[in-house]
Amino acid sequence: MSSRNKILTAVAENQPRTAPFPEFEFLDAECIYLSETFINVLTGIGGTVIPVETMIEIQNYILQNFNQGPRTVTNIPALNNVAELMHQSSTSPHALSDVDYAVIDTRLAVAENGAVWVTEKGLSDRALPFICQHLAVVLNAGDIVSNMHAAYEVINADDYGYGTFIAGPSKTADIEQSLVLGAHGPKSMTVFLMM
Amino acid sequence: MKTTDKDHAALANEFNKDAPRVDWHDETLWWVRQKRDNAVKKIPGWEELREAGSQIKNNVLANLSGYLKQFEANAQANGVHVHWAIDAKEHNEIVLELLQSNGVKKIVKSKSMLTEECNLNEYLNLNGVDVIDTDLGEFIVQLANEHPSHIVLPCIHKKKEEIGELFHQHLGTPAGNADPVFLTETARRHLRETFLTRKAALTGVNFAVAETGEFVVCTNEGNADMGAHLADIHIASMGIEKIIPKRKHLGVFLRVLARSATGQPVTTYSSHFKTPRPGASTHIVIVDNGRSKQLGREDFRNSLKCIRCGACMNTCPVYRRSGGHSYNNAIAGPIGSILAPNLDMKKHADLPFASTLCGSCTNVCPVKIDIHDQLYKWRQVIVKSGHAPVAKKAAMGAMTRVLSSPVSYKVAGKLGRLMMKRAPFAVNNQFNPWYKQRELPVVPENSFGEWYKKNRNNKPKDI
Repeated sequence: MSSRNKILTAVAENQPRTAPFPEFEFLDAECIYLSETFINVLTGIGGTVIPVETMIEIQNYILQNFNQGPRTVTNIPALNNVAELMHQSSTSPHALSDVDYAVIDTRLAVAENGAVWVTEKGLSDRALPFICQHLAVVLNAGDIVSNMHAAYEVINADDYGYGTFIAGPSKTADIEQSLVLGAHGPKSMTVFLMM
Repeated sequence: MKTTDKDHAALANEFNKDAPRVDWHDETLWWVRQKRDNAVKKIPGWEELREAGSQIKNNVLANLSGYLKQFEANAQANGVHVHWAIDAKEHNEIVLELLQSNGVKKIVKSKSMLTEECNLNEYLNLNGVDVIDTDLGEFIVQLANEHPSHIVLPCIHKKKEEIGELFHQHLGTPAGNADPVFLTETARRHLRETFLTRKAALTGVNFAVAETGEFVVCTNEGNADMGAHLADIHIASMGIEKIIPKRKHLGVFLRVLARSATGQPVTTYSSHFKTPRPGASTHIVIVDNGRSKQLGREDFRNSLKCIRCGACMNTCPVYRRSGGHSYNNAIAGPIGSILAPNLDMKKHADLPFASTLCGSCTNVCPVKIDIHDQLYKWRQVIVKSGHAPVAKKAAMGAMTRVLSSPVSYKVAGKLGRLMMKRAPFAVNNQFNPWYKQRELPVVPENSFGEWYKKNRNNKPKDI
């Protein structure tokens, strides 16, 4: 018998008889301060939120502030005058190793934990939001939901090969519990919140 | 993983020799526990969330064979290769075969307690494969040639000065520099080169969704993603118990995991891997290694609900003051002490006794595992199976004889009081574990029995 069948047989023999399929309801319809909560939580975990009203404000912000290194890339066509526009799978992920700033967009964010949902559809490469030195995300305030249960309601309507929640800059506290931003991924995360 | 024959008490004694360090370890972990409390209080319905997590996991255990088959079929439909390993040996052989058939001699690995349980690093090294652990804490213990002492905070037992010295020796940083920001930046630069040159990446799995065939990996550092997205081959190792029925159930588990672990609202990255990247391949190794046996132990099967948050360790008064290495098992602390005896009862007979049974672990567990009840039940199984330490067996035997006879109980009490009064050195010595770090109390003149007999005669009888 193959290991697969041995394992499945042993599991079937040893598993308890029945346990009901759990039903629960945690959709938090009460939360009306979605943007405020999102801003507070993301700021609390090391992110920066810049409220904006137009793409021009974002362009100006990038020109004035993203000057720690020469290479800024984006997947948003409206920003192609201030950043290098990436095309779907046009390069090997290794070619992204010198990206200083990546500006990407998202259609979903979660107020209770400050996370934005990013799938590979909008990225030129899965590695982009990790390999860049600094990450920026453009988010419409209307796309913020209250909690993770509400988020999966939105996610389940879509399909993806890869998707990730990103909540703040990469971080570690492995050395004596001292929080350090910028472990292996981006050292900073900026969210342009389109009000 | 068992690297010494010393038991928990002996190893804890060694750890306890450095009292200020024990205090520091204790306080650091308690601080993490407090962060958990603050995070938990901030969200409404925490107890309902725990209950939902517990019920989902109960449902998983009762339908595990079906969910495993469903997960396999969906993962394969997504273009992912699925392998099955009955034990640690087979898991390691599968990983080595995958690497060798692709000509890979160097890999990066993100945190996976399962590969610790399987001793994968040692096995791959012996077979000519170089493994770099990329989680900063694991990278540090790897440099020190040690194992993680905590499942979430692998080098919580190390002082920053020791880490600075390790970096000085291995990475050439200036001697005496122990600044966490500087050391983290050094590791970041060093490992970035490593990520860019490795063809294979190994990760663990936090949750595997039967409904969709995708799996989720949670990190704060981004190291699992850096490894997987830059390599040609992604190998993900998972225990059979990592299955959850539906994607929407991730909403429950991702809400409780990081809050319970470190007090964060969520880990920085919660990555959902469904299909391989174009041009790359993904392999999942599903490992039993004793889990199906634990599933058959009615009193202990709940331990398989564990989502590896580490909250039971941070709150445990024994773990905090004895350190993770004293457990001598890949997973330390209360949860490790109920998982380990399943794998080898004789070898790990000491662990269920490394507890005060205070129940704090059970109170913080986000999936409501009855950890302290299981510790108590394991003690009974271990003693009945004849695996209790000789000294404990002898002491328990003597206690049974004394306590089962009123005459011997009275005599023993008298003798004890007399001895503590006339010859205190007979009990106040290093051979008496109750004398360690405490003074014995002043001896009363007489026993309660004697006092009662004397005093009841002076009182009216009918009150």
